[in-house]
Amino acid sequence: MPFLLPALVINIVIILIPALLTVAMAFVEWDGVSTPTFVGLDNFRTIFADPVFFSALLNNIKWTLIFLIIPIAMGLVAGSLLLVVRRGRTFFQIVYFLPVIIATVVVARVWQGMIYNPESGLVGWLKLYGVALSDPLANPPTALYAVASVDVWHWWGFLAVIFFAALRQVDMAQIDAAMLDGANFPQLMRYVLLPAIRPTITLMMIMTVIWSFLAFDFVYVLTQGGPAYSSEVLSTLSYRYAFYNYTVGPAAAVALVISFFGLVATVFYVRIQQREGAR
Amino acid sequence: MNQTLGRSTIALSYLVLAIGAIIAIFPLALMVVSALKTSAEIVANPLALPSALQWVNFSRAWTDAQLGRSLLNSAEVTGLTVVLICTTCSMAAYALARQATPGWRWISAYLLATTTLPIQLYLFPLYFGYAHLGLIDNVFALSLVYTAIFSPFSIFLLRTYFLAIPREIEEAAIVDGANRWQVFYKVCLPLVSPGILTVAVISGLNTWNEFLISSTFLQSHDAQTAVVRFYTLGGQYSSDWGEIMAAAILIVAPALVFFLLMQRRFIEGMASGSVKG
Repeated sequence: MPFLLPALVINIVIILIPALLTVAMAFVEWDGVSTPTFVGLDNFRTIFADPVFFSALLNNIKWTLIFLIIPIAMGLVAGSLLLVVRRGRTFFQIVYFLPVIIATVVVARVWQGMIYNPESGLVGWLKLYGVALSDPLANPPTALYAVASVDVWHWWGFLAVIFFAALRQVDMAQIDAAMLDGANFPQLMRYVLLPAIRPTITLMMIMTVIWSFLAFDFVYVLTQGGPAYSSEVLSTLSYRYAFYNYTVGPAAAVALVISFFGLVATVFYVRIQQREGAR
Repeated sequence: MNQTLGRSTIALSYLVLAIGAIIAIFPLALMVVSALKTSAEIVANPLALPSALQWVNFSRAWTDAQLGRSLLNSAEVTGLTVVLICTTCSMAAYALARQATPGWRWISAYLLATTTLPIQLYLFPLYFGYAHLGLIDNVFALSLVYTAIFSPFSIFLLRTYFLAIPREIEEAAIVDGANRWQVFYKVCLPLVSPGILTVAVISGLNTWNEFLISSTFLQSHDAQTAVVRFYTLGGQYSSDWGEIMAAAILIVAPALVFFLLMQRRFIEGMASGSVKG
């Protein structure tokens, strides 16, 4: 126990105690100064009456679907093709990983200024050739997708490296046997490689669901949830309630809703693990 | 399998991999090229190469944003966090690997659960608590927050390294009269040093790049980290993208050099944390 104590004490003081306080705060009204008063479910009624809450929740669901499909597909394609080639594996892995190591704020500014900006970016360059686009971040219908694209770019290389690492552990004898039977590459993927790394894919998909409900940095830096709340997600909404409106109760209520989705995904993950362990 | 796959399959694979590489590199190349152009040149043609290299963007970014001070702050927070994580997490990982603690399963489950919580679930009370105790702008207090957040991953990663140590080695040391602490410190720790290096690299980079927590807990101008200072720079001089991209490079450069030196450890560490064999 003395070995565990320092890490555990830090964790409990920084995470567990404040988290329990947030749970309590979701049921009180408090402006940060006066004595908190118990208000039952009022904070939840407040957020459920706020139309932005539901559009933010819908945005989180869209975000989850985007991230379950696009980066995972890109990562699987790149990861499996790395298995095909022999030369340049390390080079490609390093290049794919580069975006992952760059700070989100820096990535956000590069995309904002050099890609999306109608004057200084790629969008502005397209204008030179007669393709007049407005700033995708400033348009309510496109803002969320523009932000998600930046995060996909930042993220997919991580999955490519993870999936490649998993694919390398597949038994070579299995692969050779399939090749001897005359399987082509797509067949090899479908019948040998993908089933072999299914636990890794499942883990990454569950993590994707959890992380999609935690998504904050790119939205906050690129659009602050705007324009007109069109790219607001639950985490930025919670932050807005707390630090802009100084309404800590609704902020805590939204944080609880986010945690609920994380909890559901975790339970799902544990059950899948138990099932796979039983086989 | 490379022998049996046709030449065309391999050629096509390289083509797709190269497209992926271009997607990954293109925005970064734009960042580098733009950092060396005047803002007039950037607006005239965002994709053109600079006519003359504007090194002055870098010196302006350095002085305007007072990057020197903020980079030092980042280095301080990162260094403290790495030391705290490496010490506390190697001890915790050892305990969990040896299952020396009753309830180790529950402790593992608790640590796993904290990684799925949104920061917003503990940020607000933590902020009020820190403000009440006068810990805003305190580097050590901030690195404690990072230690708490990054430690579950670090503990689980280090645990796999401790599990790989044969028990016979530890038993031999105990027979020789070593106590539990000496076994950990003198026998096991040297054997898991590659794991500790991996954890140091990953948690160091995460700390260097982190934005939300740092901007919440280090607020005064003199205490800000480089990433937060960079964020405010964008607001102040939003038209001068050459200068902003130069500042971006100055912040990314240390992380990039570090990554290129350590890439093998980095990629293997990330992968071993996520791949289930």
